[in-house]
Amino acid sequence: MTYPVIKGVSYILAHTPDLVGYGSKPTREFMKDSTLREQINQKLRNYDEAKKYAPHQVYIGNITPERLWQIEKPWFENLLEDASRYGPWGEIMPQDEFYGYLKIVDEFDLVFLTSEFTRQVGVSLSGHRLFTAEDEKRLGNGVEEKLIREKIAAGALPLYNGDLLIGCIQDGHDEDDNLKAHILLENLTCKATGVLAMRNVFHTLQFDPADIDYAMNSGEEGVGDRYQRGAGNLAKAMAELSGCINSSGSDIKAFCCGPVHTMVLAGSLVQSGIFENVVVIGGGCLAKLGMKMRGHLSNAMPILEDVLAAFAVVIGPDDGVNPQIRLDVIGKHDVGAGSSQQAIYESLVKKPLDKISLAIPDIDKYATELHNPEITEPAGSGNVPKNNYRMIGALAVMQGQLPREDLDNFEKSHGMPGYSPTQGHIPSALPYLGHACKSILEGEISRSMFVGKGSLFLAKMTNMSDGISFIIEKNQGAG
Amino acid sequence: MFEGKKVLCIGERDGIPGSAIAECVKTAGGEPVLQLTQCFV
Repeated sequence: MTYPVIKGVSYILAHTPDLVGYGSKPTREFMKDSTLREQINQKLRNYDEAKKYAPHQVYIGNITPERLWQIEKPWFENLLEDASRYGPWGEIMPQDEFYGYLKIVDEFDLVFLTSEFTRQVGVSLSGHRLFTAEDEKRLGNGVEEKLIREKIAAGALPLYNGDLLIGCIQDGHDEDDNLKAHILLENLTCKATGVLAMRNVFHTLQFDPADIDYAMNSGEEGVGDRYQRGAGNLAKAMAELSGCINSSGSDIKAFCCGPVHTMVLAGSLVQSGIFENVVVIGGGCLAKLGMKMRGHLSNAMPILEDVLAAFAVVIGPDDGVNPQIRLDVIGKHDVGAGSSQQAIYESLVKKPLDKISLAIPDIDKYATELHNPEITEPAGSGNVPKNNYRMIGALAVMQGQLPREDLDNFEKSHGMPGYSPTQGHIPSALPYLGHACKSILEGEISRSMFVGKGSLFLAKMTNMSDGISFIIEKNQGAG
Repeated sequence: MFEGKKVLCIGERDGIPGSAIAECVKTAGGEPVLQLTQCFV
């Protein structure tokens, strides 16, 4: 049997400490506490600290998730001295260059950067492997600081690089809340990170973006205006700036498990022959910057939610080599399944495995919600992946598939420590896709299951949650 | 054990959902006056 395959992945981070204040939580808290902005500023990391942070090095593929077991906590103190900006699947971009890309992806003169800053960024980006002559044209020459100050006085949001005012972003409409500067900043940061992820995956694979037929964006941003809030298709906007001239696209919305839903749908489009090559993207989430900052400040920690994260995955027809997506064993949480954790995991894990007569321990590695516990635990949100592995392991014990005494070790034997930035949809299983493909291709594991969950109830439309899962496995060579 | 008590049932996505807590409260004789589930990530 042939199945669609994972041709390649990319993962990028943009270190944006001076955008933390535009995260949802800090923005709301600033109105209650006039000292908070300075407290946050005191605890922001510099680029070197973000680059050397071990979970970030796992995210871009320089070290394995399992390596984190050996690195003493706190990870923000035990930095990796041999860390690199670039990894096999992407990079950690510094803030000044990211501001440059914010301008580059702006089609409507929303973002203004000063002439001096634009010149500096142009020099930095000129050495970047993905920076093109067209990008240089889009970056432009900047404007006088006086103009930026006038725009800020008229309501535009200031953009800082450290203490230095380097630009602003203005409203896209006088009366439409959906096109206010803050919302547009959310959407543009998502677009810029998504474009960087797409360009990275094409570069790494040496894949011609003109061969992509369809782009599918799976993020949690809401692109639209007053008449079509959240109308979307940021996918096509990202594709436009990534060289995908023969591609159309669409966005799939399903809260945090949007990426896993999108992988299943993208694989189905390839398997059916409707499209040959599909790219799945998840862009960064500005709203979640600084989300747990209260917990970090109260524990005298750095503000760890200072990066925007994105990924891109290219899915193509079976090539007989790359890991296959088993579209015949998709797990899904049905409306009538019930909302208990047991019901959810039976739907997502047990039912699909039963279908092909596999036991829970037959999956070498489970990728669940991979939130970095160093970010969540100080805020009282617990260790999310650890709890998920506990649930899957307990289900295996209940089924008689795992000795009870092995339950405590299930996280280590079949899971991994969390390492993803808490960027909503980003931690939802897919950060492990690159590591899983590498491990399968190198013969270290045979198959891996990706389990995503989504909190639908947050939108006040239903009390239900959601979830979906898929399995990738070693190519059987029939393609 | 919850006879005559009014109970706020606040659950968590990765733990026990509010609806499950409410069912337990009802079985124990209590009256759930609020049930909701939160996501803390």
